[in-house]
Amino acid sequence: MLNSKTYSFSFLVLLLILLICFFTNISLGSVYIPFKDVFNSLIGSSTEQETWLQIIQNYRLPKALTAILVGSGLGISGLLMQTLFRNPLAGPFVLGISSGASLGVALVILGSSVFGGVFMAFLISKWSIVIAASLGSFLVLLAVLMVSIKVRDTMAILIIGLMFASITAAIVSVLSYFGSAQQLQQYIFWGFGSLGNLSWDELFVFFIIYCLGITISLASVKSLNTLLLGENYAKSLGLNIKRSRLAIILSTSLLAGTITAFTGPIAFIGLAIPHLTRQIFNTSNHKILLPAVFLLGAIVMLICDSIAQVPNSDYTLPINAITSLVGAPVVIWLLVRKRKMVF
Amino acid sequence: MTNKNQHIILKTEDLSIGYQSKKVRTLVASNINIELHKGELVGLVGGNGIGKSTLLRTITNVQDALSGAIFINGKPIKKYPALDLAKVLSLVLTEQMMSKNLSVFELVALGRQPYTNWVGNLSENDMAIINNALSQTNIVDLKQKRCFELSDGQLQKVMIARALAQDTDLIILDEPTTHLDMYHKAYILKLLQKLTKETGKTILFSSHEIDLAIQLCDKLIVMSSNQVVSDTPCHLISKGVFETLFPKDLIAFDEKTGSFRVKK
Repeated sequence: MLNSKTYSFSFLVLLLILLICFFTNISLGSVYIPFKDVFNSLIGSSTEQETWLQIIQNYRLPKALTAILVGSGLGISGLLMQTLFRNPLAGPFVLGISSGASLGVALVILGSSVFGGVFMAFLISKWSIVIAASLGSFLVLLAVLMVSIKVRDTMAILIIGLMFASITAAIVSVLSYFGSAQQLQQYIFWGFGSLGNLSWDELFVFFIIYCLGITISLASVKSLNTLLLGENYAKSLGLNIKRSRLAIILSTSLLAGTITAFTGPIAFIGLAIPHLTRQIFNTSNHKILLPAVFLLGAIVMLICDSIAQVPNSDYTLPINAITSLVGAPVVIWLLVRKRKMVF
Repeated sequence: MTNKNQHIILKTEDLSIGYQSKKVRTLVASNINIELHKGELVGLVGGNGIGKSTLLRTITNVQDALSGAIFINGKPIKKYPALDLAKVLSLVLTEQMMSKNLSVFELVALGRQPYTNWVGNLSENDMAIINNALSQTNIVDLKQKRCFELSDGQLQKVMIARALAQDTDLIILDEPTTHLDMYHKAYILKLLQKLTKETGKTILFSSHEIDLAIQLCDKLIVMSSNQVVSDTPCHLISKGVFETLFPKDLIAFDEKTGSFRVKK
């Protein structure tokens, strides 16, 4: 609302950085590809070597796009949770959405031996993992929400979120006790997080659900701003609290749930990006924050992914480790610098 | 002072307030018959725990009445959809708002929420109303400040401006003078009086500043343990209502000065 010119300038700069990060991310990898050929393959013309085109179009491009969706989606769902729960430490990870997704996936991968061979074929497919993760995250978020209606204390909600994570971990360890080595490995690899496993088909489905989540979050901009006043004021302004709360939670579980489902639980992006954005843009207005979080989330995720693939080497580090290594110090730095997290 | 022909903004009929759980029914006060007219400044006074907040919560539709009826502009309050009620009734609460990172302008602009479109874009008319609210509460120069930079007195003015921007017939404030120094207590109540005169809005506030309320209000609602009376301050003094307000061992009401004195 205020000095919209400075905001549009910042957005322009961020957009530029996003583009640079996007191209850098695609240029880097275990195989060295000259920048000219990267560009050529993106616009569809031929490259010096046929394999380069293959690598770019079927591996690096979907991976970079996934990074953009994951970073922006997690950032936005973190922002929604922080506003809804009136807590600067809220985020999909803290409130147990990721734990819920893990439980769903654990039940599918590890529990298939318990449920028996009939379901095996169906259960182990990629799609069932996606559905299980989404369901798991939605159920946990619903449980947290129901508790949050009863308990007014926001710290209690956070602790309850942590408790859900503990329960999840317990069930997962029981399941792993009965699981085979192969199943265990599959589950652990899912937990590392990975942006690179998505085919174009999967990316398409991911994108559709992502768009749905983003649309709901955009439609919630007004109620999010109203909620900044606290629930009683929001009610006095005619806001239907129950409906907006449901919309915000639905959006978060669609975004965080699908992201976790397709790429595994990715830590800290959802918590750190909204705070970083508030620092840079110095506002609490969601009309500014939402697009800004989108851009920053995508940028940070692309950078994390570029680091994770360790340029010009054969190693690919777990993306989850990189986001934690980048995200946790950011949160600490923000706290030390500002002393207080205003939001 | 009260004119029979004046438009009645809020009216209660044999209202009983209290709390109803599954088994227990706790009656806080009953037989409440009050009428608030257009452009009146009305104070709600009474001792701690007498039910002022319960009454305010009931007439703002936050909690249900035990029995009786509440009308706003002649229409039962229960018949108002939430958004329509937000266009006739605005609140200033005691609770702290959640985000103090909002600028004063943004906060006051949130008062326009019931009127704006789905993204909350402000029209020129909205901007005019917001700027008007800012100038009526003398906070134009605070416009760009963030709420965490404000003093309690400034913040209260901002919250009043927000309620003004909501452009409702009735504004209800819950203890707007707590945490304020003597000067700002008088300042805020004087501001409320000015607003009723200038805008023709009806303002109801609860307060412990009985002497200030007696001096400034058009009408007072006095809640004591056995009755709820509403009348002009002068009539209430001559009826001796204020003597019944508190136990008599420590303080006494002085009719001449219209204030309470500590017994020597």
